Amino acid sequence: MLAANFLLLAALLFCIGVYGVIARRNAVMVLMSIELILNSVNLNLIAFALMQGSIDGHIFALFVIAIAAAEVGVGLAMVLLIYRNRKSISLDELSELKG
Amino acid sequence: MILLAADGVNVAQNIGFGIIAVFMIVAALNVVTTKNVVHAALSLALVLAGMAAQYILAAAEFVAVSQVMVYIGAVMVLFLFGIMLTRAQIGKEVGLNNPTWYAGIPVAVILFGLLGWVVLDAYDDSSLFANVNDDGIIGELGVEGQQETVTQAISDGVLSIYLVPFFGMTFVLLAAAIGAIVLARKD
Repeated sequence: MLAANFLLLAALLFCIGVYGVIARRNAVMVLMSIELILNSVNLNLIAFALMQGSIDGHIFALFVIAIAAAEVGVGLAMVLLIYRNRKSISLDELSELKG
Repeated sequence: MILLAADGVNVAQNIGFGIIAVFMIVAALNVVTTKNVVHAALSLALVLAGMAAQYILAAAEFVAVSQVMVYIGAVMVLFLFGIMLTRAQIGKEVGLNNPTWYAGIPVAVILFGLLGWVVLDAYDDSSLFANVNDDGIIGELGVEGQQETVTQAISDGVLSIYLVPFFGMTFVLLAAAIGAIVLARKD
């Protein structure tokens, strides 16, 4: 199996995730797109671990999974807080810091 | 390190990869284009399940099981609760996209072109199993005389050379759990 298969699939999923982050307005949907991006990075790490004959990529992938779980927990808590305060989770309405 | 899924060129492996990859790409496109938030979450679950299947194809059983438990088990429940707690209407929803959503298309296309060119330039015909010999044993890992499995190698790595980052990660998880409770609690 060619390494480029895995790497191209990961690149495509990464770009789809980037498109979702840019295009979506709903904060939960943006978090979902970020999950797509993190997962594509994990696929790259696994493929490189197999190519190099090393276990380090697997360990990095497990770290990324743990950090992503922490990130989505805190992110959704913040989304809940924003929804409770403003009755909306549209990201373009959060413009208090705009210069 | 003994691999379960690696024996050089394998036609069935390529076919399985292609089928799962098509499912994942369609589901990922559905995540970023659908008008229904619950459908997006379910498509995301499909992408995550396909990712676990790809890990198994790449001989990473332990990471695949972790993916299923953490992502499909925990993160999807969090997402569904987040959707339920932040929106009232069922079914199609308007205003999910930014007014300037089309700006994302050229960014994504150019980024994919760049990444794809780099990948094809660097790894055009390099095999994924270049370090695997005929017995399915990979690299130089393992104690002499006895080969260790992938899970054994992961535990050896985490509990020796990666011990300090591992403890740092546990602290980050604890802080994130406490922070999520503090943020989301009603007071």
